[in-house]
Amino acid sequence: MKGARANVLLAAGLAAAMLLSLIAGKVWVPFSAWHGGDPRWLIIMELRLPRTVLAAAVGAGLGLSGAAMQGYLRNPLADPGLFGVSAGAALGAVISLFFGYTAFWFLPAFALTGAAVSMALLALLVGQSGSVIVFTLAGIILSSVAGSMTALAISLAPTPFATSQIVTWLMGALTDRSWDDVAIALPVLGVGALLLGMTGRTLDTMTLGESAARSMGVDPLRLQILIVLGVGLCVGASVAAAGIIGFVGLIVPHLVRPLVGNRPSAVLLPSAIGGALLLVLADSLVRAAPTVSELRLGIAMAMLGGPFFLMLLLKMRRGLA
Amino acid sequence: MSALAAADLSLTLSGTPILDGVSTAFRPGSVTAVLGPNGAGKSTLLACLAGLRDADSGAVLIGGVPRAALSRRDLARRIGFLPQTADVHWDIDVATLVALGRFPHRGRWAASDADRAAVTRAMLATDCTRFAARGVNTLSGGERARVLLARVLAGEPEWLLADEPLANLDPAHQLDGLDCLRAVARAGAGVVVVLHDLNHAARAADDVLLMRAGRVVAQGAPDTVLTAALIAETYGVAAHFGMTPEGQRFIIPTHREP
Repeated sequence: MKGARANVLLAAGLAAAMLLSLIAGKVWVPFSAWHGGDPRWLIIMELRLPRTVLAAAVGAGLGLSGAAMQGYLRNPLADPGLFGVSAGAALGAVISLFFGYTAFWFLPAFALTGAAVSMALLALLVGQSGSVIVFTLAGIILSSVAGSMTALAISLAPTPFATSQIVTWLMGALTDRSWDDVAIALPVLGVGALLLGMTGRTLDTMTLGESAARSMGVDPLRLQILIVLGVGLCVGASVAAAGIIGFVGLIVPHLVRPLVGNRPSAVLLPSAIGGALLLVLADSLVRAAPTVSELRLGIAMAMLGGPFFLMLLLKMRRGLA
Repeated sequence: MSALAAADLSLTLSGTPILDGVSTAFRPGSVTAVLGPNGAGKSTLLACLAGLRDADSGAVLIGGVPRAALSRRDLARRIGFLPQTADVHWDIDVATLVALGRFPHRGRWAASDADRAAVTRAMLATDCTRFAARGVNTLSGGERARVLLARVLAGEPEWLLADEPLANLDPAHQLDGLDCLRAVARAGAGVVVVLHDLNHAARAADDVLLMRAGRVVAQGAPDTVLTAALIAETYGVAAHFGMTPEGQRFIIPTHREP
């Protein structure tokens, strides 16, 4: 099985990357220091391990959401941000920063509320149609409304400090995350991933278009609910934990398709593992990079996005020539 | 297995009647060609029969049972639908695509022996076995059409509903397609196929359902329905009728009738 081997390989890569990310950083902690007696052990247990776990969980959630979205919309350029859920979650977080609610669980709670509100609005806008086009349009509306509200919040922020806090947060990062953040994000991501996992075979039938899928007994409304809830929970929890980190959900499915084939359900699991791998590696890099202040993870991912699309474009041009 | 029937189906979309009291029945083991000018309601009738669209009034009966009483899965097992669009959105290999047709039958986990056997039979019936491992995007139009038909046959439906399956095919592949539909009917399933070419209907159909403006104009054997008077009434064209030395009837529309 081509797919199974690729999954095992990716999982092994992820395990290695997670180990590496525990060692790497401004302070290198070699294996010889991995015991309770060494003061650096605290760095690993209380600082690096939660951050690494969070990076893997967020990466997996974004990768899986991207794969599910691309399968559902039958569009290789679909991104989890397209539904407006990530913009909604970001708006929620920005509101909490705007009012200076800084207790650690305030921001994630506001972000998750923002995600839930945008999911509810999405469901309301789309109604019973189950149509992919209506769905995409509704997502675009929500994204742009939430985006404009976020811009408004930035421009009206009460203090320059709040402004800079909002702007910095929007760039996305996993700096200084604790086990508390993991405890909030992980269960939500888990439920979302479970829902998306349930779409697998149904997504495959969408390959033949909506009417063929329906004629095979697919309930378009059920599929839509699974996708909205699954993507919403995964993306909402990711934004709550790490801010907006783009491109993971867009890039990863493309990277794993050559390994496992194009069948949408076969892309789901490797996209989750691959997303986790990519984000753990990227987060280790920004942490270990010799910059004065840490490079924001969201910016690093965005910088990967440009060249990636250039590659995609060149490949497509070769295909067309 | 018993008949598939429509009882007094009516459907109005934004004020335009698309189906206007359509009542008809199809026989298992035979090919019914649905003919009529553009906008006659052929595709809509097929969509209603397949459960993709609900009529405003009237009912679809499958073996005497109203369609609404069947579960999605049960309906999907009994009625296979081949849409007009030949879109395949991901470049998957042919065997994987054909296996999608087992969706209404598959259990939660792995494919069963019955699933695999049905896929093999469907690929044999449509002569797709040779390119089972190829990607869909590498296929010619004719090969692709056969693969999509194999997908429906893999579900082993009692009824095959096909919406213009021969569009965009060259004459040789059109003849192959007609033979394939005949073979499916011979094997026991009922075939309902929307066609545009009167000659295809004359060649392959046991029954012709002639529609115009959402109504049934006539239904019966090709010889009785494909007549100069009915063709003039339905399509507004005059036609020349002939017979090949082999005894194959042909119909050539010659000019519009006012």
